[in-house]
Amino acid sequence: MSDLGTVLQQARRSLAIARKDIRIYYSKGPVIIFGVLFPVFLFLSFTIGRDLSVDFMIPGLVGMILFFTATSISPIVVPWEAQARTLERLMSCPVRIETIIVGDILASFAFGVGISLITIMLGLFLGVTISSPFIFAIAVILAAFCFASLGTVFSIPPTNMPSTVNMISSVVKFPVVFISGIFIPLDELPAWGQAVAYISPLTYFTDIARYSIQGKGHLPIAIDLLVLLAFTALFLVVAMKLHQRTMPRRI
Amino acid sequence: MTKYYGELLAVDHVSFTVGRGELFGFLGPNGAGKTTTVRMLTGVIRADEGSASISGHRVGTLKAKQIAGVVPEMANAYADLSAWDNLMLMAELYGIPASEARERGISLMQEMGLYPRKDSLVKTYSRGMKQRLILCMALVSDPEVLFLDEPTSGLDVQSVRLIKDLLQGLNAKGKTIFLTTHDMDEANQLCDRVAIINQGKIVAIDAPEKLRMATSGMHSVEISFDNVVSPEVLANIPGVNTVKKLGDKWRLYTTNPGELVVSLINYSSSNGLKIISLNTLAPSLEDAFMALTEKRGKDV
Repeated sequence: MSDLGTVLQQARRSLAIARKDIRIYYSKGPVIIFGVLFPVFLFLSFTIGRDLSVDFMIPGLVGMILFFTATSISPIVVPWEAQARTLERLMSCPVRIETIIVGDILASFAFGVGISLITIMLGLFLGVTISSPFIFAIAVILAAFCFASLGTVFSIPPTNMPSTVNMISSVVKFPVVFISGIFIPLDELPAWGQAVAYISPLTYFTDIARYSIQGKGHLPIAIDLLVLLAFTALFLVVAMKLHQRTMPRRI
Repeated sequence: MTKYYGELLAVDHVSFTVGRGELFGFLGPNGAGKTTTVRMLTGVIRADEGSASISGHRVGTLKAKQIAGVVPEMANAYADLSAWDNLMLMAELYGIPASEARERGISLMQEMGLYPRKDSLVKTYSRGMKQRLILCMALVSDPEVLFLDEPTSGLDVQSVRLIKDLLQGLNAKGKTIFLTTHDMDEANQLCDRVAIINQGKIVAIDAPEKLRMATSGMHSVEISFDNVVSPEVLANIPGVNTVKKLGDKWRLYTTNPGELVVSLINYSSSNGLKIISLNTLAPSLEDAFMALTEKRGKDV
């Protein structure tokens, strides 16, 4: 089979893996708790009682929901399957490790996009207008893919305990939320704060969301999109390379 | 192939060939390296040294995996999916067209007695049913080669019978089967040839009957008398290598059972003893296995 033929064949098999993940993992307790309920309550606890406009709150809420939902499934699938003793069967199928990882990313991506759409609808219902819907849509898709890829980086350590992976991802996710311009706009951060914010991929999505809804961002949109793309590539390469090493050690 | 786990040498330069259409058994005690060898052959882990090929395809490649069906040791199907969805997922991962997968899926589930429960979630299945489903999942791609790692371990009699019958049927149709087991009867009944692995090394490869017969010193005579006889006396009878008490019988191991029978008859008549029963026994595969693995253990 030609290289292109193999790529297409593996892409179809990634979709089959993603469908399997959707049916099994979307309703799992940790996914609902850490992926959906947690960011909503965290956001409410930081915004209720503060005199903030809906236009300011919705970009932050969408950013936070997208970040938490898109990173809620991809980290737990591999350790969960290793623990449930389904991973060896999957690895012995004619699929590459990259195919398995991409399948898990796609399931997490779809979850992130789906739940974020509900949040966006809520924003529209509350009277928010999206002035740049096309750019916003591209940003949601790109960021969901980027965050889902980051999720697979969290599951690189070869532990078969989903709770350990959730702990690792929480240690990274919480600080990221506070430095990404969700609760405090980037313009209001001191120089050192801005420097820290630039290492978070969520900063760039929040910036595009603020541009699309509030009409004003901190960085040029092209830079935001390019950096998100670069983060996605980095997470994908790291996840693919390191899962090659650690996945066989799980069984 | 050789595989290390840290400092531990799990599989040590294991080398063998399995013929097309052969049912090949891989026997060994727990921790001997059976599962590690299967995992290298099915491409789940990589060998640290050496390589292997299946029908000319290097193990671990997509082509080698495509022609193999695998039943890993202690594997599970997805408990939150129905049996049918598990089967169709496997078909998709092997790139089997949907109509062909459905047809084969129905036939396999009927053969394994699972069809009436095909839409039930796997979490509601018994252990035997799960194992039969995993076998169906391994066969839905109609593989040329089948790898089974302890497929009947801990199952109910009905499931074991079904699985053994299916394997014999598949082998009769020309499928090559690689079976690891520690069940000697299973290996003896099913396998054309067996390899015995111990401490990561292959200690023997041959047909079960040849392995049995080649086990010198493991022939035995089982005898019972109408009166008490001490083991020391029996050990002194010419031709007896080892004496073992089995309930009211004695098992006497020897290299020459014919000569020993004559000696025993002479002994009983000269000592006024009556022989209640007397049987000569060829070594079992289990005797061969014990002799080969114990010998190896002493050598090391």
